[in-house]
Amino acid sequence: MNYIPVTELEKEAMLKEIGINSIEELFREIPDDLKIKNELKIPKGLSEYETRKALIKLAKKNTDMNELANFMGAGAYNHYVPTLVDHLLSRSEFYTAYTPYQPEISQGTLQNIYEFQTIVCELFGMDVSNASVYDGATAVAEAMIMACDKKKNEIVISKGLHKEYRETVETYANGLGITVKYAELEEGITPLEAFEAQATDATAAYVVMYPNFYGCIEDIQKIAVAAHARKALLIVSISDLSAMGILEAPGNLGADIVVGDGMPFAGPLSFSGPSIGLIATTTKLSRKLPGRICGMTEDREGKRAFVLTMQAREQHIRRDKASSNICSNQALYALANNITLSTLGKYGLKEMAENTLTNAHYCKDKLLKIDGVEMLYEQPFYSEFAVKLPIPARVLQKHLLKYDILGPVDLGRFDKDMANVGLFFVSEIRSKDDMDRLAFAMEVIINEQKFI
Amino acid sequence: MSKNLFSQTEALIFDKSRPGHKAYFLPESSIEKLDKKKIIPSHLIRKIEADLPEVSEIDVVRHFTHLSSKNFGVDTGFYPLGSCTMKYNPKLNENTARLPGFSWLHPYQPVETVQGALQLMYLLQISLAEILGMGKVTLQPAAGAHGELAGIKIIKAYHDSRGDTKRNKIIIPDAAHGTNPATATMAGYQAVEIKSTPEGDVDLDALRAAVGEDTAGLMLTNPSTLGLFERNITEVTKIVHEAGGLIYYDGANLNAIMGITRPGDMGFDVVHVNLHKTFSTPHGGGGPGAGPVGVKEFLAKFLPIPTVEYIAEKDIYVFNYDVPESIGRMKSFYGNFPVIVRAYTYIRALGADGLKKSSQYAVLNANYLKKLVEKHLHVEAPERFCMHEFICTPKNIYDTGVHTLDIAKRLIDYGYHPPTIYFPLIVEEAMMIEPTETEGIETLQEFAEVIGAIVNECKSDPEMVKSAPHTTYVKRVDEVKAAREPNLRYRRPIAE
Repeated sequence: MNYIPVTELEKEAMLKEIGINSIEELFREIPDDLKIKNELKIPKGLSEYETRKALIKLAKKNTDMNELANFMGAGAYNHYVPTLVDHLLSRSEFYTAYTPYQPEISQGTLQNIYEFQTIVCELFGMDVSNASVYDGATAVAEAMIMACDKKKNEIVISKGLHKEYRETVETYANGLGITVKYAELEEGITPLEAFEAQATDATAAYVVMYPNFYGCIEDIQKIAVAAHARKALLIVSISDLSAMGILEAPGNLGADIVVGDGMPFAGPLSFSGPSIGLIATTTKLSRKLPGRICGMTEDREGKRAFVLTMQAREQHIRRDKASSNICSNQALYALANNITLSTLGKYGLKEMAENTLTNAHYCKDKLLKIDGVEMLYEQPFYSEFAVKLPIPARVLQKHLLKYDILGPVDLGRFDKDMANVGLFFVSEIRSKDDMDRLAFAMEVIINEQKFI
Repeated sequence: MSKNLFSQTEALIFDKSRPGHKAYFLPESSIEKLDKKKIIPSHLIRKIEADLPEVSEIDVVRHFTHLSSKNFGVDTGFYPLGSCTMKYNPKLNENTARLPGFSWLHPYQPVETVQGALQLMYLLQISLAEILGMGKVTLQPAAGAHGELAGIKIIKAYHDSRGDTKRNKIIIPDAAHGTNPATATMAGYQAVEIKSTPEGDVDLDALRAAVGEDTAGLMLTNPSTLGLFERNITEVTKIVHEAGGLIYYDGANLNAIMGITRPGDMGFDVVHVNLHKTFSTPHGGGGPGAGPVGVKEFLAKFLPIPTVEYIAEKDIYVFNYDVPESIGRMKSFYGNFPVIVRAYTYIRALGADGLKKSSQYAVLNANYLKKLVEKHLHVEAPERFCMHEFICTPKNIYDTGVHTLDIAKRLIDYGYHPPTIYFPLIVEEAMMIEPTETEGIETLQEFAEVIGAIVNECKSDPEMVKSAPHTTYVKRVDEVKAAREPNLRYRRPIAE
């Protein structure tokens, strides 16, 4: 099939107007030796019905986590997303539009971005946000670039930052002449000494995850003070965004740049699909923000209007001197975040976070009753915690699937020494029954495995 | 007060907030609520809630429905935004991306439970490799510019792996997209701009003069940003290769050549494609997109981790993290997966025949429209066939004092989204028109007639054109005020 509305007869008329006899003539400037002789080796097209069938067949080969009780997090956190989000995202005036270059006919997208920027600032306790970047990992990388200059070209990152975020930051740093150093964890959190041991006069920023990858809540206030004493910035990366309903906003604790991933509020996790990088900063640093920014202004009649602004920072104006090469943003997921957080509102986010905290701790207490299961780190945590297991986490994971349970994340995939550590994520949508079933199944599996 | 939604300002969602209103109902827990003070150190407990709105469900639905009515999408009308390929976004793709087996997947699920997702990624990789004439493809980059960064880093990794570290320059024609030079800088290169010929081709003499031992590579868009096929492409790639550089293909304009010619056959070493342009996935008001990167076989070992592989003897698809010479990771997880599902759906539905036909009709529509527009405005390179887009300018009516911006704004009054304007930079007052293959002959004819009508207006009533648009609720906006007095977020007024 195809989506071409021109008929054969119309085609003939168009060719006549152009003054040629065949479509092939339009391509006469392409040298013959570069033209494809045969058809591409791609299967023949299908009808709409057949295509849908083929895609359903592929989708069926996956285990849909909706049918399981999910205890996996580690950067992809499954919280409640209201039904109306997808309905509103599906308004095609939103999703079939481009970047709002023409403000007169893009006020919908622009007002959404303005509201989204406000929400991000509110969550993080910051002054200014942009329209979003690709994801949480690239947001840390962009924050690093904001913090660094020719003199200050080193950053110290806590090892509590998600490993995939660290790898992304390294990719970005490599080539920009930025040195990435790491502060080691001690008992699951980053002691000040670990940052200090790596810091020099060239240190531009400390980077810490809050709560960190292992679920532990870092004292970012102390780290902010230490960073500022060194004339370095503090970059805080939020792991589970819903934590902003219960944890003090990083902006109120001294953070200079705060980033996160809005995936939990964008829709189903979709294999990490709806990633959206949130990035906010202080007024002082606002001109260093990368990407699109929307501002409120007036039209020529004095009516309120929105427009993309501060574009002198951007690639289409500054070209090789731009603050970043980023051109797009995750606008549709910014819309989803705006809708979800407007639906939850002030007290919904708080209730979500408090229920998550309650559930996660109930679950931990249950699991610790199992023989041989213990906490990896004894630190305050929010929605995630790592436990040492008497069997490999990978094995546990495999057997739990038989009980319709997904998780935990096997930390062995990030660190060979942690093959027996499972990272459990629990949110407000997990029922008491889900957690009781998890504890029951784990106990059975661990006992079975002991005797193999 | 007017109740016409199109003629009123939509209040901010924050202004609609009323204490006590709620739109959410979370599961009630039978577990006794924990005292957060017993868990979290007091200074790390939130003191003041984020000031999110308190609204009911109907308020949320109406607010965003009203906002959507203030937007113009491809579904609203003709959107000939050059270089952005605003083709129709098939509804089928929206449905397949939302199949529960694709949407309800955690990225760290055991691979045995996501074989369909991996197979789909693998099939899209090999399909794109075939379309591009490349050896191997990664789907990880989240957008075109992100793909550019990955691609230029691959070029750097190649030179570094050979100990060839003196190459520190990337050559970029002045007709290029702004992301190209910005990417070169971000990858640690110096961007060297070379002049193009007036028709937008690479100036071969300028290229010969620019290449040398310090050349890491060339970034090029073909068809060029003037919508013309680079006739000397074989010579261009030869010059750069002979100097020891590699050649990067900016896939922004791939929609002109699917099934007709391939970047790989032209001599390009690294390519990015925009799934949100050529492969019909919606632009979403600015994203998410996806910018897969294809490379020749000799560069495959530098692709970002993880790669998706098929192990034939076990008949299983896996992620491979063991790529020692990889440039590293470009983002967390695996790319914008729902975009990937949509693009695969599109390729599966169209097949080799449909893809080729799409490119043919994209070029047919552009040339037809160019012929019609030429009756009213100056077009660039009138004697050549354009590819999927063409450039016109108001050169022939400069004496009216009307500029490209004014014509663009006047088009809004007639129900069209304006073309890309003032790009490429090398053409004065450029208007870049890309109709795409999903528009019918009537749309093209009507658009050309409107261009004619506007040209007449420019002559008879230039002031009216200069103050367009007149029919929208929001008129031309004060961009200077926006930049000088930045108002980038709402703050609740302090209660009296």
